[in-house]
Amino acid sequence: MSCDFNRDKLDAYMDESLPREALAVFEDHLHSCPTCAAEALARLQMKRATRAAAANLAQSPEFSMRPEFRLRIEKSIQKSRHSVLKNRWLPWMAVASVALLLVAVSVPMFMRHAERGEAIAELLDLHVATMASANPVDVVSTDRHTVKPWFQGKLPFTFNLPELQDSPYKLLGGKLVYFKHNPGAQLLFELRKHQLSVFIVQDQQGVMPLGAAVTASSDKGFSVETWTHAGLRYVVISDTSPTDVHSLGDLLRFAAK
Amino acid sequence: MANPSGDTGTFEELAMPLFVRLYNFACWLTQNRAEAEDLVQETFMKALKGFSSFRQGTNFRAWIYRILRNTFLTSQAGLKASVSLDAEDDAPPEPSTTETPESVLLARIESETIQSALKELPVNYREIILLCDLEEMSYQEISLAIGIPIGTVMSRLSRARKAMRTLLGAKLQRAIE
Repeated sequence: MSCDFNRDKLDAYMDESLPREALAVFEDHLHSCPTCAAEALARLQMKRATRAAAANLAQSPEFSMRPEFRLRIEKSIQKSRHSVLKNRWLPWMAVASVALLLVAVSVPMFMRHAERGEAIAELLDLHVATMASANPVDVVSTDRHTVKPWFQGKLPFTFNLPELQDSPYKLLGGKLVYFKHNPGAQLLFELRKHQLSVFIVQDQQGVMPLGAAVTASSDKGFSVETWTHAGLRYVVISDTSPTDVHSLGDLLRFAAK
Repeated sequence: MANPSGDTGTFEELAMPLFVRLYNFACWLTQNRAEAEDLVQETFMKALKGFSSFRQGTNFRAWIYRILRNTFLTSQAGLKASVSLDAEDDAPPEPSTTETPESVLLARIESETIQSALKELPVNYREIILLCDLEEMSYQEISLAIGIPIGTVMSRLSRARKAMRTLLGAKLQRAIE
């Protein structure tokens, strides 16, 4: 080869990788240099021959692809993709599981709260109705030994009333009430000008979903305290202070022991 | 020549059209059908697993060829076959005046002889010739697939072709004798 033109560009030329400016210069040279033109053509033919020879390898008996191979790959991809999808969804599934768990826990809690609120509301209504009634109690007596026996035969349970002689509380009487279709006692006490209702019902499951411990709350301005003892549910409701309600509760709890 | 960038789609949409070509390339690298199948399968599994890291809109072909190549190089067959010639890439190509001209070679050499010469080439020469001549990748794509600069692609390709010509010349000489 007598041409001293830079032959390194031959490969880039036949690989179609020469920059536009260099391509124009090189093509000009090819038009005027038969040696480089022949070499470029020969290399291009070699490139094509190599492509043809290389492309046939997978079709040769030695390397021909087994038909089941592609199927195996496709199955592997599907299987792996499911796994990837599963992993991709795993955090979301975890979040969903937590959400479901929260729902599973919170719904019953909410239901219990709702039932509890509903039960207290029903007793509050009874208390308010008693306050508005011209005959708030059926048995009118300040004597616990009169009031307690009045309930004999009317209730499937019995209870003790506290001794109030040295306390600021005064027993006004009692009456029979029905709470969620179950008979119970409503006792009316007085503290200064305030009246306090004490409801005593059987602590049956589902009747009043409240804890056994002494629980104080406030509802519509009324102070409420409730607890259970010996299978009975006690609920004290009044418009007086929670402290006053709690003190009466203490007297009742002491009497029940 | 394929668009070097702008590939978008699902894994199957992008990968499955390349399946046969990848298998062919794997055959050339491994020289063994079972190893080629294992290589392609592992490549597809790795690519699928890492597909989330593939940036949609970039060159998928270069991406998956690179996975196949790297998988091959870390396989037992790859470790045996690969002899790093990266140091030679920086040296200027030797003058080509002593080569057998392609025009002479082509007139006498059959397809099987070219295949035989390709098989005898060092794996890094073989792969760059296959990527350029068979897969018709641009230098930019080859650079992405192999993970070397474009300048190195050009110099390695030049050496690979020279080695190929030398091998073919020797085969032709033996055939004449």
